[in-house]
Amino acid sequence: MTTNSVTSSATGPNKGVSRQAIFVGILLAVGLIAPFAVYPVFLMKGLCFALFAAAFNLLLGYVGLLSFGHAMFFGWSAYITAHAAKEWGLTPEIAVLLGTFCAAGMGAVVGWLAIRRQGIYFAMITLALAQLMYFVALQAPFTHGEDGIQGVPRGHLFGVIDLSDTLNMYYFVFGVFALALFFLYRVVNSPFGQVLKAIRDNEPRAISLGYQVDRYKLIAFIISAALSGTAGSVKSLVFQLASLTDVHWHASGEVVLMTLLGGVGTIFGPTAGAYLVVTIQNYFATLGSWVTIIQGVIFVICVLAFRAGIVGVLRPFLKKRGIEA
Amino acid sequence: MADDYIVETKNLTKEFKGFVAVSDVNLKVKRHTIHALIGPNGAGKTTCFNLITKFLPLSRGTILLNGRDITNTAPADIAQLGMVRSFQISAVFGHLTALENVRVALQRKLGTSFHFWKSDTSLAELNDRAEQLLEDVGVLEYRDIPAGELSYGRKRALEIATTLALEPEMLLLDEPMAGMGTEDVARTAELIRRVSKDRTILMVEHNLSVVADLSDTITVLKLGKVLAEGPYSEISQNPEVIEAYMGHGVGSHA
Repeated sequence: MTTNSVTSSATGPNKGVSRQAIFVGILLAVGLIAPFAVYPVFLMKGLCFALFAAAFNLLLGYVGLLSFGHAMFFGWSAYITAHAAKEWGLTPEIAVLLGTFCAAGMGAVVGWLAIRRQGIYFAMITLALAQLMYFVALQAPFTHGEDGIQGVPRGHLFGVIDLSDTLNMYYFVFGVFALALFFLYRVVNSPFGQVLKAIRDNEPRAISLGYQVDRYKLIAFIISAALSGTAGSVKSLVFQLASLTDVHWHASGEVVLMTLLGGVGTIFGPTAGAYLVVTIQNYFATLGSWVTIIQGVIFVICVLAFRAGIVGVLRPFLKKRGIEA
Repeated sequence: MADDYIVETKNLTKEFKGFVAVSDVNLKVKRHTIHALIGPNGAGKTTCFNLITKFLPLSRGTILLNGRDITNTAPADIAQLGMVRSFQISAVFGHLTALENVRVALQRKLGTSFHFWKSDTSLAELNDRAEQLLEDVGVLEYRDIPAGELSYGRKRALEIATTLALEPEMLLLDEPMAGMGTEDVARTAELIRRVSKDRTILMVEHNLSVVADLSDTITVLKLGKVLAEGPYSEISQNPEVIEAYMGHGVGSHA
């Protein structure tokens, strides 16, 4: 009798689950056939940023923490993966895992320092530490400063599948993305996720119920950092390059923009936001610095007209149909 | 002797940069009673609350809970010792449904609250208990509504259900009736009376008529000090109290 009650507060649960399955199935299918219709490198770039934004969204959307330094996880993992693949000749999956673990480690340290503060102070501490790591990246010899690590070999996945083939590379990126998004979905909809949402909604109350909120925040921070790292690692293989752009604070700002445009606290919002921003950057690139202005205008419109972001606006509509977006 | 009192404070003092908000308060809350803390604005009632539940560090003094010194205990650990507080602004988790609100309180004892790899359907075993708690406070019909969309009175009721989920021996209610209409006040008073069975309640309240009916003991604070203590009948006759707090309004309130 209790089984049907948890999954969804929306409509009839069984119907809801199957519609959800169809919805996710369609998205997967779109992801699988997309490279035959759209330029794959563009798609991969979008997926990398989508994963980055989704990881960032775990903190902003489900814990209520605005980190302004996530580029350090994204960019540093790119360096680590690039270095591991190029200099040590590691296979891509190991190199990506290494990048992810390093990001998790950095996340543990940065998170431990930052979560003692809230709001703007939290954002400032993360920004300060990210700037510190930016200058380390600028000075450290192995990052090659302004040049970055170039010509990173994509290598052979598990030593067999040749990733220099664009389609192979695409499906690798897509697979990583889909797994990571599922993992994030699971985290958000877990006993742990319930506590996170409670902390986001009312931290003092969560404390008064006996939750040591700092531990929950720290774990969420580490998960977010780790997956941001995964995104950066994969990106360095896609473009065969790890550069200062990805550790720069611009990248930290961009991920905030993507998450807010797409819909903070939604599952697919960051993906939508990431593709929107990447599209603007790619297809309006000829407009030069106007791109920033266009982004700014879109952001202002978004904040004024639909605050919940693209997916946030669609969400009530989908929810009525038993789909959680 | 010591067993008669569930909470005792000794010389409880809080100073904020030269301003003494709470000064040498010796509070003794008797087990299984409703104890009210009243006083004019700025008397230090809420500060007292925050000190006792460790949301604020104290400047001086000791706090005993069941004879155990909790002066240096972390706020999250206080709940595990059986003392749970509410807040002045109704404290619900606005984006979670009413059921989930109560379940958040229940789920800690499952020991899976750090399990981020597990589906939240594993929490379903708590639903019966959560529904029962919602039923107890009369909000079961709203179980699937996000708590943020409930009316003020129902949020309060939900908050009490969430608190009761922890089965605390001691409840601290910070102005449970603040901002309520008369109907909700009566309902909440009834609820408090009902849950006070086998429990101890310490509450801050402005509404005198409510306090008069509900509480066994009243402590009157003024400028951070205890002005008087006793049952309502006694307090209401105390000339100092009348002057400091009740003014000319005593008769009309009671």
